[in-house]
Amino acid sequence: MTAVLPQRPTGGRLIDQFEYGLDAPICLTWELTYACNLACAHCLSSSGRRDPRELSTAEAEGVIDELQRMQVFYVNVGGGEPTVRPDFWHLLDYAIGHDVGVKFSTNGVKLNKARAAQLARTDYVDVQISLDGATAAVNDRVRGTGSYATAIRALENLAEAGMKDFKVSVVVTRENAGQLDEFKALTDSFGAQLRITRLRPSGRGADVWDELHPTMAQQKELYHWLLANGDGVLTGDSFFHLSAFGEALPGLNLCGAGRVVCLIDPVGDVYACPFAIHENFLAGNVRSEGGFQRVWQTSDLFTDLRSPQTGGACTKCAHFDACRGGCMAAKFFTGLPLDGPDPECVQGFGENALAARELDLVTPKSHIDHSHKGPVRGQPTLLGMPSIPAKICDESPLAGLDLR
Amino acid sequence: MTGPDAGPVTVPSDEVPFDPSLPWRKSRSVALRPEPFGALVYHFGNRKLSFLKSRPLVAVVTALEEHPDVPSTLRACDVPEAQHPAYVTALATLSRSQMIERRTSVPPTTSELAAGPCTEADMRPEEGLR
Repeated sequence: MTAVLPQRPTGGRLIDQFEYGLDAPICLTWELTYACNLACAHCLSSSGRRDPRELSTAEAEGVIDELQRMQVFYVNVGGGEPTVRPDFWHLLDYAIGHDVGVKFSTNGVKLNKARAAQLARTDYVDVQISLDGATAAVNDRVRGTGSYATAIRALENLAEAGMKDFKVSVVVTRENAGQLDEFKALTDSFGAQLRITRLRPSGRGADVWDELHPTMAQQKELYHWLLANGDGVLTGDSFFHLSAFGEALPGLNLCGAGRVVCLIDPVGDVYACPFAIHENFLAGNVRSEGGFQRVWQTSDLFTDLRSPQTGGACTKCAHFDACRGGCMAAKFFTGLPLDGPDPECVQGFGENALAARELDLVTPKSHIDHSHKGPVRGQPTLLGMPSIPAKICDESPLAGLDLR
Repeated sequence: MTGPDAGPVTVPSDEVPFDPSLPWRKSRSVALRPEPFGALVYHFGNRKLSFLKSRPLVAVVTALEEHPDVPSTLRACDVPEAQHPAYVTALATLSRSQMIERRTSVPPTTSELAAGPCTEADMRPEEGLR
């Protein structure tokens, strides 16, 4: 701790208080495994293969005990695909039994009728089914052949089981940005709630960001769509950079990294946010002495993040109070300075900053990569790789049939 | 001392006016987590998240159940008379979001997890956060 740290003000807006951090996160993201049956082109955590060092059941229970003591009232559980962990359902019950509510994201692969009925009976759990296209063509190009059908089947099972308030979770891309109304209609048809979040150049997302991140025109349309529909749509407060278009969007317009949120990854490493799996944003590990609480409350990294930004190009901008400089992870992984504009700055400063990067600039790359090493059944076609059909019928209903 | 602002609220359609002359308490489904600026308030029933923006307000909310009504609670917590109306307004806000309840009332029903900042919390902060 250094003597120059600014003092927390007394009173004022909560958002100003949040910049100085909280004694415990409001909520946190906890990725239970790097294992995943899919190989989404934009995976924020470069998931695919399980890491042999992942937290054991007992260690995961220990983390939940600690979250209960710290009064973290709920966690966003993800992965990888969290439901492929054999102890997933046990940990779900364990968390709920310890006053830690669970909201988990899944591609739906394990949500058969029995699991859907089990979830519908369980209080204090929220389910988010990931879907990145309102049509199979748009979704499967990014998430893989058959993934749309899997998600829709899971949604049908949840609706049929009488599950309340489940979510359809969409990452907005250049390819699906025109489908917002279709997503809303699809979600409504299941009695579910729509959640849309921002694509970040994190994990494998860095490889496809140039191709997939929404254009400026799409950002403007998204902004107006959120103003018109925002009250009925969840966003994880991820589009706060759009507030610089004019009006503040509903939610917290602030980067919460290390201040009010963080990430615990499958091996227990604690990062500032789910989109910042890189050694520069690694604060510690829950297995170390003092556990998660010590990392959250005393790590040098989080202490550094808990002060308002006072310098840099953005603080001089008229819109700084609206967007607060945007997303730390988006800047970092596109090679932009953290105190400068977001690469998707809606005032255009991000495009200028990207253009001004050194020609030989190598953008930071995470050394954490659990991507599948070989071809994956139904893998996304976005990268121009030939797809392996998930089932023969996906290619052609007549494939393999000798019709003569 | 700073104002006794309470955080997010959603007004139910069957709202009845807040009556400070009745006995109140922090809802049994609610947990208060102390924070440097006041407290984080979490309702396990409706899963709403809220914030108390001053420590004196935290003290008042906690003390409600020991007193027969709001004015006697405020006096017991040494809240200056001139600030009583502001506190009553803040408590009315908290009663609308079911964070405090009449001591005779029944527990509220459940709804959904408040979640997100980029925050990833999907919070719906209202005036209190602006």
